[in-house]
Amino acid sequence: MQPLLSSLTIIAPELTLTVGALSLLLIGAWVGDRSMALLTWLGVGLYAAAGLWMLDDAPRALAFDGLYVSDRFSQFLKILIYGGSAVASLMALPYLKRTRTAKFEYPVLLMLGTLGMGIMVSAHDLLTLYIGLELQSLAAYVLAAFHRRESRSSEAGLKYFVLGALASGILLYGVSLIYGFGGSTGFAALAAGLKSGTSMGVLFGMVFVLAGLAFKISAVPFHMWTPDVYEGAPTPVAAFFASAPKVAGMGLLIRVSMEAFGGLATDWQQIVAFTAVASMILGAVGAIGQTNVKRLLAYSSINNIGFALIGLATATSSGIAAVLFYMAVYIVMTLGSFLVVMQMRDTDGRAVETLASLSGLARSRPGLAAAMAIFMFSLAGIPPLLGFWPKFSVFQSAVQADLFALAIIGVITSVVGAYYYLRIIKTMYFDEPAGGYAPSESRINSGLIGVAAIACSPLGMLAIGPLATAAAAAAQSMLP
Amino acid sequence: MLSLLILLPLAAALLILAVGGAERARWIALGTTAIEFALGLTLWAGYDNAGARFQFVEKLDLFAPYFSWHLGIDGIALLLIVLSVFLMPICILASWTSIEKRVPEYMAAFLLMESLMIGVFASLDLFLFYVFFEGGLIPMYLIIGIWGGARRIYASYKFFLYTLLGSVLMLLAMMYMVNVAGTTNIATLLTYDFDPDVQTWLWLAFFASFAVKMPMWPFHTWLPDAHVEAPTAGSVILAGVLLKLGGYGFLRFSLPMFPDASHQLVWIVFALSMIAVVYTSLVALVQEDMKKLIAYSSVAHMAFVTAGLFALNTQGIEGSIITMLSHGVVSGALFLCVGVVYDRLHTREIARYGGLAANMPKFALIFMLFTMASVGLPGTSGFVGEFLVLIGAYKASSWMTLVILTGIILGAAYALFLYRRVIFGDLTKDDLKQLTDLSPREIAIFVPLAAVVLWMGVYPKPFLDPIHKPVAEIVARLNPSVEAR
Repeated sequence: MQPLLSSLTIIAPELTLTVGALSLLLIGAWVGDRSMALLTWLGVGLYAAAGLWMLDDAPRALAFDGLYVSDRFSQFLKILIYGGSAVASLMALPYLKRTRTAKFEYPVLLMLGTLGMGIMVSAHDLLTLYIGLELQSLAAYVLAAFHRRESRSSEAGLKYFVLGALASGILLYGVSLIYGFGGSTGFAALAAGLKSGTSMGVLFGMVFVLAGLAFKISAVPFHMWTPDVYEGAPTPVAAFFASAPKVAGMGLLIRVSMEAFGGLATDWQQIVAFTAVASMILGAVGAIGQTNVKRLLAYSSINNIGFALIGLATATSSGIAAVLFYMAVYIVMTLGSFLVVMQMRDTDGRAVETLASLSGLARSRPGLAAAMAIFMFSLAGIPPLLGFWPKFSVFQSAVQADLFALAIIGVITSVVGAYYYLRIIKTMYFDEPAGGYAPSESRINSGLIGVAAIACSPLGMLAIGPLATAAAAAAQSMLP
Repeated sequence: MLSLLILLPLAAALLILAVGGAERARWIALGTTAIEFALGLTLWAGYDNAGARFQFVEKLDLFAPYFSWHLGIDGIALLLIVLSVFLMPICILASWTSIEKRVPEYMAAFLLMESLMIGVFASLDLFLFYVFFEGGLIPMYLIIGIWGGARRIYASYKFFLYTLLGSVLMLLAMMYMVNVAGTTNIATLLTYDFDPDVQTWLWLAFFASFAVKMPMWPFHTWLPDAHVEAPTAGSVILAGVLLKLGGYGFLRFSLPMFPDASHQLVWIVFALSMIAVVYTSLVALVQEDMKKLIAYSSVAHMAFVTAGLFALNTQGIEGSIITMLSHGVVSGALFLCVGVVYDRLHTREIARYGGLAANMPKFALIFMLFTMASVGLPGTSGFVGEFLVLIGAYKASSWMTLVILTGIILGAAYALFLYRRVIFGDLTKDDLKQLTDLSPREIAIFVPLAAVVLWMGVYPKPFLDPIHKPVAEIVARLNPSVEAR
């Protein structure tokens, strides 16, 4: 039995968030909804505090007799998750005030979800995995329906819940199969016991687990909920869904595949490769006909997950590093795009979401349009913008692993995808203005857009070196 | 020096966006491009024709482990850089009054374009090259899409997606090369021997990109659309510099890096060049839109370039380079000529013109000079390149030479036919009688272009000297048995 104290130091960031979330809840219950802004800022402080734990260079350590792990890999992902959650919670402030849904629960739920994500990427046992996943999901269901007077929001929450519960069920069933046929739920024991050609039961269990996780990252064929939920959920919530949970889900998928099922790599590689191809194609083609910006961004995130999965399909350390790099850049581009969508309000201050309403944005708000153009060119993967480099590194890892077919399909779908990103730029810059725009309602959000745009601009290229080094170290730390 | 050349326009573009104002933007852009031109000339003066293969080398490991900021030029790149910086101030002057909306953005896009184009020619790192090569799509997309003609949106998409699709396959090939050879340094890759079987695939992937950029028949269809819809200065840059990227790519990558595949697949290039010369010349003959006619003539001229390059001998390759330079100046000038009348009458339909010789004599003279240069009249730049290409091509394949010779005749036909319809005949249309001759600003644009065309035609030695050594090295790679000159 591991001494409790040593385990507690390893889970310190999660403890910080747990205590923090509960304290925020108490303050909120005491003071009421007036405290929303205060709680949000306290929350940002707590994310930063939890993030501070990531700075220490401790070696890989297991807690609670192998239920839980902390290594460079989890640290890398947690920095992304905390950062994403902090931005998602800050950017919601003006929106919630405007729509009169400024309930104090928002930052609290967000923090609980973040806590769940932290557990996900540090899970070293199928049951820890499930606890983290459920904590994140339950928070997410409520957040999706947060705008409760709006029927679309409730619908999104319900859809997400029903499908999410089904996915969790599938995952749990897979876990039970693996436990039954593989004899353990711990990653270390599974890694030692599972070799290719083991029982069919384990294989089935693995497929179920992967399917459940694929739902979380909205990889095809488990993507159906994504456009509907993004469209219906309040915009800052959709931004949150597109950012941190995707990173956490991807991290979890990598850890389960590479660590627990490392011996079955040849089996899951085909599954992941298929999912990657299907996601890239469907994400690229599905977005073409969209007229709603949020739906379009939903397809864009499906598309991006497909690209990231190429890295996992290689099952190599450089491939994993490429995925991590991809997720790091993806989270910046996505949050940036959603921040711009949040700014889209007509002269009466009502939110507009159609693509057509973007027309002439370059005239009325040139700075905002320039930022959006940077995000779109970046998402399309055009150099020298930052978004090119993660695509570059996943394709490079595929070429190194001799997965040429995957790489070729990848680059071709990226050209198809470029079409709809260009369409947004076309609408903003080439079309005649349709109507005026309200000025920015929040300096904080404008500042965040500026920071994201500078990061995605060619200046961001200066960061690719350090970022790639960190991602490589993170990938190394997880692999034995 | 090269970094300064690349970063200066970028800084000026940001400055323009920051300060705003149409008049200020024009002057800043003009000043910057003039300084760039001066820098380009000092580069030329400082280049040692007999010196190292790559000169003015700069290396900075900014982007490890992916690639490095590694610049350097040989004679081929030098001349193309000089061409780019020469055309830029002319483009800015040509857009002085014809661009009225969003002037600062327009000037910034052009300056951005300039720095990316110089970057392409100056890169000595494979991925740095790709970054500049692809990055050029963004400003050109915006230039066509915002300041273009009626069907500009269609044209801008077509331009962007066509060229992007070609480029991404090249990117994969580059990744493979780097993976095998273990370096992104172009100078090292130039001497790396790839497995002959793999060379074929790599060659095809690069071909996909450069054939679209070039453009070669049948990948040329984006070009007429892009040209017709782009503003005049956009067309000049497109024809003058962007079309040179394909030829430069063949010279820098396909020929020296994959010599076996180049020998093996030369028939593809020859076949496409022959079809292109004859077919696009015939198409040009029946065009009713002036810009479209010149666009098709560009495709025909570029087919000369590919035929010369893949003759795989010294004359052919040197002739191709001179043809590229000459075409850059001449077709740019022809687009400017079209711009002159378009600014006055706002139509490019050939039938709307006629008899301009009567009231626009200066214009008629200038237009005549560039038409002759396009035809390849001895004494103009067009002749030198085409003649060398024909010598080289004849050594490689006399049949192909015969076919592309008919292209020269057809070329004379469409160019002179255009000239006759626009300039000669009776001045009957009333609105044409109102047209004024060239303004001093327009003369200032055309005089340097005309001077260069005649200079290259009469005394091409300064243009040939820098390229002898690099071409000799390429030929030595292609034909190891032949002694380098």
